[in-house]
Amino acid sequence: MSYLEYNVKTVPTGARKILYLNWPLILLVTAVAAIGVVMLYSVAGGRFDRWSEPQLQRFALGLVAMFIVAMIPIWFWRNVAVLAYGVSLLLLLAVEFVGVTGMGAQRWIDLGFMRLQPSEVTKITLVMILAAYYDWLDPKKVSHPFFVLIPLILILIPTALVVIQPDLGTSILLVVGGGIVMFCAGVSWWYFGTVIAGGVGAIFAVFSSRGTPWQLLKDYQYRRIDTFLDPSQDPLGAGYHITQSKIALGSGGFSGRGFMQGTQSRLNFLPEKHTDFIFTTLAEEFGFIGAFSLLSLYGLIIFFCVASAMTMKDRFSSLLVYGIAAAFFLYFAVNMSMVMGLAPVVGVPLPLVSYGGSAMLVLMIAFGLVQSAHVHRPRGR
Amino acid sequence: MRQNPKEVEENARTVTRRGLVLTGLQLSFMGMLGLRMRQLQIEESDQYRLLAEENRVNMRLLAPPRGIIYDRNGVIIADNAQNYRIIIVREDAGDVDELLVKLKQIVSLDETELERAIREMNRRSPFVPVTLADRLTWEEFSKVAVNAPSLPGITPDVGLSRYYPLYEDFAHVIGYVGPVSDYDLNRIEDPDPLLQIPKFQIGKIGVENKLEEQLRGKAGSKRIEVNAAGRVMRELDRDPGIPGTDIQLTVDARLQNFVQARLAGESAGVVVMDCENGDILSIGSAPAYDPNLFVRGISAADYNLLREDKYVPLRNKPVQGTYPPGSTYKMVIALAALEMGVMNPGETVWCPGHYQLGRRRFHCWKRGGHGHMDLHDSLVQSCDVYYYDISQRVGIDRITAMANKLGLGVRHDIPMSAVTEGLAPTQQWKQIRRGEAWRVGDTLNASIGQGFTLASPLQLCVYTARMASGLNLEPHLIKTVDGVPLYPDPPETLDVNPYHLKLMRDAMDGVNNGPRGTARGSRIVLEGYEIAGKTGTSQVRNITPAERAAGVIRNEDLPWERRDHALYVGYAPRDKPKYAISVVVEHGGGGSRAAAPVARDILAFAQFGDVPPLEAYPSSQRERVRTMYEAMDLKDPRPPAPGRSRA
Repeated sequence: MSYLEYNVKTVPTGARKILYLNWPLILLVTAVAAIGVVMLYSVAGGRFDRWSEPQLQRFALGLVAMFIVAMIPIWFWRNVAVLAYGVSLLLLLAVEFVGVTGMGAQRWIDLGFMRLQPSEVTKITLVMILAAYYDWLDPKKVSHPFFVLIPLILILIPTALVVIQPDLGTSILLVVGGGIVMFCAGVSWWYFGTVIAGGVGAIFAVFSSRGTPWQLLKDYQYRRIDTFLDPSQDPLGAGYHITQSKIALGSGGFSGRGFMQGTQSRLNFLPEKHTDFIFTTLAEEFGFIGAFSLLSLYGLIIFFCVASAMTMKDRFSSLLVYGIAAAFFLYFAVNMSMVMGLAPVVGVPLPLVSYGGSAMLVLMIAFGLVQSAHVHRPRGR
Repeated sequence: MRQNPKEVEENARTVTRRGLVLTGLQLSFMGMLGLRMRQLQIEESDQYRLLAEENRVNMRLLAPPRGIIYDRNGVIIADNAQNYRIIIVREDAGDVDELLVKLKQIVSLDETELERAIREMNRRSPFVPVTLADRLTWEEFSKVAVNAPSLPGITPDVGLSRYYPLYEDFAHVIGYVGPVSDYDLNRIEDPDPLLQIPKFQIGKIGVENKLEEQLRGKAGSKRIEVNAAGRVMRELDRDPGIPGTDIQLTVDARLQNFVQARLAGESAGVVVMDCENGDILSIGSAPAYDPNLFVRGISAADYNLLREDKYVPLRNKPVQGTYPPGSTYKMVIALAALEMGVMNPGETVWCPGHYQLGRRRFHCWKRGGHGHMDLHDSLVQSCDVYYYDISQRVGIDRITAMANKLGLGVRHDIPMSAVTEGLAPTQQWKQIRRGEAWRVGDTLNASIGQGFTLASPLQLCVYTARMASGLNLEPHLIKTVDGVPLYPDPPETLDVNPYHLKLMRDAMDGVNNGPRGTARGSRIVLEGYEIAGKTGTSQVRNITPAERAAGVIRNEDLPWERRDHALYVGYAPRDKPKYAISVVVEHGGGGSRAAAPVARDILAFAQFGDVPPLEAYPSSQRERVRTMYEAMDLKDPRPPAPGRSRA
């Protein structure tokens, strides 16, 4: 039983909940999504119906979903965390059998009206179950090895399923996202120190295994690492994406080349320009001003989430909000690092901007959870 | 389980603390992202802007249209025809094999050409367009164009390619162009970037080669925006370059066509010149070949066929071929003797049919001898003994000096390949080249145009034109360049006594029109159109004393390559020379029988400007001539109608 249930009376009820929503956060999310729709219009070469229109529809659907999730008390969501986690695991398993292959990986389930990426769903359900776990666990026991092992297993099961798709980017995001929730829950620093040391060792192992029969990664993943370390060695081959993307960003300059005037994206020098590389088009056409504005909007979203989490006294709510903020952060941080040549090219979309139904819906539901925690937090005492 | 509010408070504070640590890390990472943006977009922006431009803009060379070559009346000899091609881009094609199968159902493709295209495709980047087939007919081209939507990666395209509308007629006059080869690239210093264009056509031989610089023009360029796949999105700007200069030749296409038709079946060379200004009106060489075959690169089989032909169609006989001039050389000796004053036109030499020089006997072509011969008769009847006698008085060096003055033994400067110098020998030449002293016998051989002496039909024509006109004519092949007439210096008077030249012309008149002339059978009877000339028959084999004793074998009984060359030089009209001609029919037998009739028909055509009327011929020959003309397939090339614009 948590602290929450003692103060139910102070929680707003009925239509009054709408007044208690975190409106600045809704505004920020809408602003970022609007940027996305505008950029999709540009990369489609001035066509609204190609990507912008479906994206707008999904955002509207996501907004509705967010409000519905926000209206439902947060303790309900805590109680269905295990169920949600279980369902997402089943979906991940289903991808293995009935998934649609795209870009060399099995990532989608075709639901008819949309393509569902279970790995996107898992990012949130993993945060939910970890938050619920630490809500249940006696805070004194968080650093007990046995109670550290349980969340590790909870993280590693979906991670393993995502790795075999294979989707390296998402699996790293899952591990780091899960780890962040554990960190916030107060797990001893020693564990993290050990894991980081182990990670360094693992990287060493990955590199030394290259070319041997027990090679740990696929060849294309090694090549991506190679070209990340030195993109210039093969500008027309494997390093092409990074090189072209950096050219797009750099040629944007301070104020950009103007809306719809980006030659790099308009002439198809950019790969995946409507999904993972959409940031490059923004940076090319609106320059440093545009790129930095988007980064600032993301920063504000993180800020409002964290500010909200700090006022929450129950562990589920606060850990959930920290975890979702961290997952959101990881999305754009990895994506931006990637297109700016700071990280290998891994398939991570730019949240709320890249074209893609699953990520958009899952993120909006996640923000719904943040709103639910915000609305249903005890106040006044 | 109830919890202690204090503990709850403490735990919440732990979460907040950890959350703030995390947020701090996140903010610093975002700061780093911001710095990276600053670095890329502000500090290094210029460099990336440049790279983006390089990405986007491609330079493409534009081949300028090659200069067109016209005849003296504006008939097009070398044109640029639209070349319908099929271009393939491998990247867009998807399954190339499947595509080719589909394409083959629509048009027939040449297998060897296809193999070459596939090899090129595999060697180059997938977005580089490769020519799959060219020289399609309009029907094939439109079929491909109509079906283009179902043929991804296939583009019908129109380029310019050299085209010779008169086929064989001008093969030897203007030569041909062909795709630029590595050999060409190595030979040319400071190569034009145009030459790097695959299959760019350059002049290989003849006028096309000699006037390459003028005809080629200057490369244009266009800057185009390309997308990542190399596909052209739009043209940014264009510099059309400078088209090649149009060139007009002095040659008359209709006359040329007639000459080639008249020479059909022979191995021969003919040059027709204007006696007033030196314009070359026709350069006939038979057999000829279709220069269009060479334009895109001739097949090995076709080439070997041309090479192995015993009539050597690839040799440009009128300018490259050298032949012993035979009796056509006799005017050189006569003029040298007259100019030196060692001979009086009226004095006679006794011809018993041979001439004794020490122990060697030199024969006249007429076994029984000509009897008393003066200058006029010796030319009209082509007596050899007369010249054996006279030439000794002049000496070889003076004979050769006269030959050079008349245009023999010197290279004439016309823009054609391998123009020969021929050979007018001197004592010094033999000493150097043969390491032997000149003998009197050599002079005797030279006096009848045999021995070392060699001349090309071009030289023989210049020689005849100079005698006919009394002018020091130089041959010209180019009439106008870019529409501007070339005004060569007006020819000077020939440095030979005009009276002596008149003696020659009178004798040449006698050859055709005199009762005992060697070319009497080839005269024109219509007044004002009469021709005058000199026949020649040059041996290509030695006649042994034994054969001479048994009777010289007749040409008809010899294998073709051992028969005598038949020669004729002449001009028309007799009284006011306008056209000079030289004819060499290789192994044609006698000059009067094989060369003179050809010359007569050509001079008649030149004078009438058309197929001559039968009245020009002696009545006994008219039936035969009519049959001959009826069998002839003349093209009658005409200049394009004025006002019609050409692509």
